[in-house]
Amino acid sequence: MEFNSLIDALPALLEGLQVTLKLMVMAVMGGIVIGTMLALFRLSNNRILSLSASVYVGYFRSIPLLLVISWFYFLVPMIIEWMTGKPEPVGPFISSLVAFTMFEAAYYCEILRAGIQSIPKGQVSAAYALGMNYRQTMRLVILPQAFRKMAPLLLQQSIILFQDTALVYAVGLMDFLNTARSRGDITGELPLFLLSAGAVYFVISFTASRVVMHLQKKLAIAQAH
Amino acid sequence: MIEIKNVSKWYGSFQVLKDCSTHVSKGEVVVVCGPSGSGKSTLIKCVNGLEAIQQGEILVNTTKVNDPKTNLPKLRSHVGMVFQHFELFPHLSITDNLCLAQVEVLGRGKEEAREKGLALLDRVGLKAHADKFPGQLSGGQQQRVAIARALAMGPYCMLFDEPTSALDPEMINEVLDVMVELAQEGMTMMVVTHEMGFARKVANRVIFMDQGQIIEDTTKEEFFGSPRSERAQQFLSKILHHCN
Ligand SMILES: Nc1ncnc2c1ncn2[C@@H]1O[C@H](COP(=O)(O)OP(=O)(O)OP(=O)(O)O)[C@@H](O)[C@H]1O
Ligand SMILES: [Mg+2]
Repeated sequence: MEFNSLIDALPALLEGLQVTLKLMVMAVMGGIVIGTMLALFRLSNNRILSLSASVYVGYFRSIPLLLVISWFYFLVPMIIEWMTGKPEPVGPFISSLVAFTMFEAAYYCEILRAGIQSIPKGQVSAAYALGMNYRQTMRLVILPQAFRKMAPLLLQQSIILFQDTALVYAVGLMDFLNTARSRGDITGELPLFLLSAGAVYFVISFTASRVVMHLQKKLAIAQAH
Repeated sequence: MIEIKNVSKWYGSFQVLKDCSTHVSKGEVVVVCGPSGSGKSTLIKCVNGLEAIQQGEILVNTTKVNDPKTNLPKLRSHVGMVFQHFELFPHLSITDNLCLAQVEVLGRGKEEAREKGLALLDRVGLKAHADKFPGQLSGGQQQRVAIARALAMGPYCMLFDEPTSALDPEMINEVLDVMVELAQEGMTMMVVTHEMGFARKVANRVIFMDQGQIIEDTTKEEFFGSPRSERAQQFLSKILHHCN
């Protein structure tokens, strides 16, 4: 095996890794923001809001992610053209980011909904009794507790998202895996490149899941108080 | 201060409150007792609008609670409430528990809120615990913090819903002592409790509820003395048995 080809490809691989990580971090943040809103909609007394949120969540949880990625690749430019009136090539990164954000939001929503529901009703009453309105109650009292409680699950979901980013292969985005594959093809060292890519994914995911386990233990202790 | 006029409330087809009328004047302490499920919690939660009523009228300091135009958060910020299970915010330190609503609801400065909070914490004898979290305190201590948190808002009256019934017996008195002191200082209080010792000591009136109705609403002297409805008599002898 020829390790020099791997070293030569390092700048390109790092750039690919950057794309993967950027996509993941941005999708996680966007997904959590939208997921939180969806969770609040689902739990709201407004029938229209809760129904539309649950249709959204049910839908995105029932179709393959690969399909969503491919769709948005075509859909996002069309929507932008429809809104701004002129065609705008957005490229695979933006369309993938939108796809991941929208898709993951459905999963984050369910995690956060369970988190919010696990907070005792008395906490809401106590916040209201102190004169807080709905927004203050959620922002200052309920959501911070729900996020803490659900932190391990949110992280777990984010690790899955990290691995799923490899699906952007379908729209030709040069993420980490795609870069490794194409470099491997060029140099004729595909097995080496794929093995190395696997090692990188493994180290990142494994480290993150150790963090999750550690968090879970810490939370269990905090709750035993 | 608190006027409850012909209040009825339903959960679906089940009527929890049946034509309840009573009042709490300024500086008065009114104890509400009655068997489990009689609607005591529901009645007291209607006073600050945590529960809606379907009939009748509730006035707090001349503000009509059940008026859609009433700014409920504003009203509630001046009506203290203490719950059976304390309901401190577990993710915040004791100091932050005391300051949160002062800053976010009343718009006080952080420093002022902190000073006020710590002074009240001192008053309930817990100044040393300012930086701890609720989970690190005993039930009795948590309830005293909860009282301090309500007082920090400068309430014109205080509502208590069984403040000692979730506590181990040895902690009940530390909470009752704070409440007695508060009563003696002239705080207007409506207290759901079965602690008849507390009622004897500071109550002006005692209300007895059963099946959503106010069966008796009398002065303390009358309640503990003269003959009364059979249901109240039975109940009273039962809980006095328990307590003594
Ligand atoms: N959200 C609700 N939905 C339906 N029924 C309810 C609800 N909350 C309370 N109830 C019913 O209303 C009745 C009165 O309840 P409430 O909690 O006011 O009683 P309580 O006198 O405070 O009893 P306890 O001493 O057990 O606290 C009970 O029969 C209860 O089952
Ligand atoms: Mg009750």
